[in-house]
Amino acid sequence: MATSAPTATGRPLAALARLREPWTDRRAELVLGAVSCFVLALIVGMVVFVFSKAWPSFSHNGLGWFGDTGNVNQQMDRIQQPGTAEPVYDFGAFDLIWGTVLTTGVAVLFGAAFSTLAAIFMVEFAPESLRRILTPTVSLLAAVPSVIYGLIGILVLAPFVGDLISQDRKESVAGVISLTGENWLLATFILAVMIIPIMTAIIAQALRQVPRGWTEGAAALGVNRWRVMWTISVRTARPAIVAGAVLATGRALGEAIMLAMVSGGTAFAPNPVDGLTFFLEPTRPLAATIVFYREGLANPAMASTLYGIAAVLLVSAMALSIGAYVVKQPMKKYGIRT
Amino acid sequence: MESLMPPPVRRIAADRQATVAPAPSSNGGEPALDGAPARARGLSRPDRPRVPAIERMRAENLVLAYGGKPAVKGVSLPIRQGEVLALIGPSGCGKTTLLRSLNRLTELTPTATREGRILLDGQDVDQLEVTQLRRRISMVFQQPNPFPMSVFDNVAYALREQGKKRPGKKELAPQVEEALVRAGLFDEVRADLQHPALRLSGGQQQRLCIARALAARPEVLLLDEPCSALDPKSTEVIEELIVRLREEVAIVIVTHNLQQAYRVADNVAFMYLGDLVEYGPTDQIFHAPTQHRTREYVGGAFG
Amino acid sequence: MAAAAPKRTGAVESYSTWRWTDRLALALCWACGIALCVAAASILLYMGFRGLQYLRPELLFERPTGAVDQTKSGGILDPILGTLMLTVLGTAIAIPLAVCVAIWLVEYGRPAGLARAVESGVEIVAGTPSIVLAIFGLIIFQQPWLGWLSFTAEGGGVFGRSLINASIMMSFIALPLVVGATREGLNAIPGHVREASYALGKTKAATIRRVLLPAVRPSIATGTALGMGRIAGDTAIVIILLGNTLLIEPQEGMPVLGLLTGTGSTLTSYVYENSPAGEGGAYEKAYAAAFVLLLVVLVLNFAVARVVGGSSTSRSNLWNR
Repeated sequence: MATSAPTATGRPLAALARLREPWTDRRAELVLGAVSCFVLALIVGMVVFVFSKAWPSFSHNGLGWFGDTGNVNQQMDRIQQPGTAEPVYDFGAFDLIWGTVLTTGVAVLFGAAFSTLAAIFMVEFAPESLRRILTPTVSLLAAVPSVIYGLIGILVLAPFVGDLISQDRKESVAGVISLTGENWLLATFILAVMIIPIMTAIIAQALRQVPRGWTEGAAALGVNRWRVMWTISVRTARPAIVAGAVLATGRALGEAIMLAMVSGGTAFAPNPVDGLTFFLEPTRPLAATIVFYREGLANPAMASTLYGIAAVLLVSAMALSIGAYVVKQPMKKYGIRT
Repeated sequence: MESLMPPPVRRIAADRQATVAPAPSSNGGEPALDGAPARARGLSRPDRPRVPAIERMRAENLVLAYGGKPAVKGVSLPIRQGEVLALIGPSGCGKTTLLRSLNRLTELTPTATREGRILLDGQDVDQLEVTQLRRRISMVFQQPNPFPMSVFDNVAYALREQGKKRPGKKELAPQVEEALVRAGLFDEVRADLQHPALRLSGGQQQRLCIARALAARPEVLLLDEPCSALDPKSTEVIEELIVRLREEVAIVIVTHNLQQAYRVADNVAFMYLGDLVEYGPTDQIFHAPTQHRTREYVGGAFG
Repeated sequence: MAAAAPKRTGAVESYSTWRWTDRLALALCWACGIALCVAAASILLYMGFRGLQYLRPELLFERPTGAVDQTKSGGILDPILGTLMLTVLGTAIAIPLAVCVAIWLVEYGRPAGLARAVESGVEIVAGTPSIVLAIFGLIIFQQPWLGWLSFTAEGGGVFGRSLINASIMMSFIALPLVVGATREGLNAIPGHVREASYALGKTKAATIRRVLLPAVRPSIATGTALGMGRIAGDTAIVIILLGNTLLIEPQEGMPVLGLLTGTGSTLTSYVYENSPAGEGGAYEKAYAAAFVLLLVVLVLNFAVARVVGGSSTSRSNLWNR
């Protein structure tokens, strides 16, 4: 590269020839590396920007940001319209965090069990005809946009569930919340339907890659198909199940639109002490909250609060992808890629 | 404990039928050229006591195919406890397929088909429940395939997973030890029964697989080129093991290694392109083959 | 010697020898597998039924209006165009970046530390919720020096919402998918193919251009189709960064740039806004739009299946001949 400079004017033909010359290795590596660095810089920039925007809210509330410092709905209304010249930052996200943990946790736990069984079925027990439609079925379910799940939830399932709730039960909590079909349990159910295909595909892929020597070896010992599957294949693919669950957790955490549509729309922490009513209580997870207050982004205090929520989601997602990387390591030594 | 053991009726004491005819030989006569050429080349066939032989299995007109392509074309063979049967032949001649069909492992391949009968103690294997059958006819594979668990768990695997009840560790310990002793591995792994089996050496892994197969006390043991991935030392240990075990279980071994067949087998079946070309006592096959193709194959190996 | 074609012997297993827990687990397996099929079938059938009920052909070619009355609120032309433009622009931005990153990671990857950082960065983007990407985009594009990408109000405030801004953030959704698929494709090419090219005296750069890139084209296509499906199905970035105006509203003055810096809507935001969760309860229109959206996503999904199914076997045969 250094040699090209002096020849440019002296020998125009040579310079022209150099222009037509194919890319040298050095140049290709530099350009490709530069593009990669650019992408990396954008990503780092995203993390930094989100945190810097969130800082006022975090620094004002301290650890109280994560705690229960009063009614979140009222807090957010005051942040939006403080009524004074001074911006208000008081915020305690406990209800939102609890809503996220509840919906995500239950959906992932249920989904992991369901997906493992479904994947075993797909790989080992399904008759050939069913097996052939199961793979496209799983990828189809994974591809349905979340807004369609939300639409079905809000227009079909929520009214159905709402009709099942007795009038007495609705009146018993009338002063605090209104029980409708839109509640955390329905949201969790739909969330589970959304993440199960992802987990099933991951687990099934890992099960298929379990070395044949092991499954045949176990079958040759006179162990029945289920026990071969359970004690050899599932055991070997356990890291994939965890990795799938971690990935699904990330998706569930970040799911905003569907949850904004069917989780009930008020920031409320469903309380297991309430008995059966607990399952019908509304909530509003973190990501859905951002959708809810998106018009407030013009207000700096509100924006800071919402970026705070985004920062929490971002950190959780990063922690999850590190977690997924760590749990996948044991699979590598068996030569299984996920 | 007792429930893990196979019902006593199936365990045939080897001395019950002390007089069993020697293996049928196709030329009927005494092997005429006994020994001379091979032994001259330094091949040794260890002298060993003859043990009484009982017929345990029999393949009758066995035809096996993968997706319509025949792999084994009408083979009939007896398998005896007390005598090791070696299946020899060039690659792709159907030895392994034949072996795998004996405990119906070929059924794990969706395209595989089978015709003809396989009898175990006079009973058609198709009438046996497949897991029961495989408990009685166990198999060791070409590649050592210990499960990714501890040595103990590997050997205990069949005992734990076969029955309707899961026995506790206390019950299993003596059986695991016995299986490891029979496979000649116990002294080497005594101290690290809880270590991962995948950390053992190749030879140890293969003997672990044999121990794993023996733990459930099978009646027939199928060995699919068990030494092809191993070093000579491990091979020697495993060959001694095979000779020792033939008294208690019927053994069928597939091997590419003719010297190995010569060393361990009492009877040899030579297969070529899916056909059983010749079957007879080891000495006869190696020193006085009746078939032209056998002579070529065996001769090629020795010459 | 029986020469007749052998029959398949059935692996008759008797479940009576199984432990009851095993039998229960097997029953659960069947239940889960069937439930998956039932869920997929009911979603498809229900959306198909509603779609055919409410979608009239003319809706596809009429522009929407703001009327509350569902008979007067017009068609879904603008949302369809919005989805198309966003999907195409988003992937068009993502593909070159993603392919460069993938090639750099697989073929160069030096210094190792930087490669690890880029790799983790892509992982992070893959895990980032789109709602976070959306509001991150808003901070970035509201910077005064990026005002030309949307429009600047009289007081100097940057609106930050436009088609091009939404497309750029959407490309972040497609990026990890294309990077992943391309890397997988590159890794699947055996080393001897590269060596053969070097042996012919080609430089590494020429090898990449003439040998590797053509070979991974199916992988790039797979990743792209997956990415398009995700972009078409995303709602959060649309309602925050596309301005979420019912009609496509280009900026005055410039013909193409005006469109890019203008605002609009997509099928997803249209469905959201017409559901009870959004502004109105125009659920007939929501169903019609959702049906079209589902069709778009399924077609992309089908394309992935075709590319993957057609290439995975033939390609591996190609290399191992």
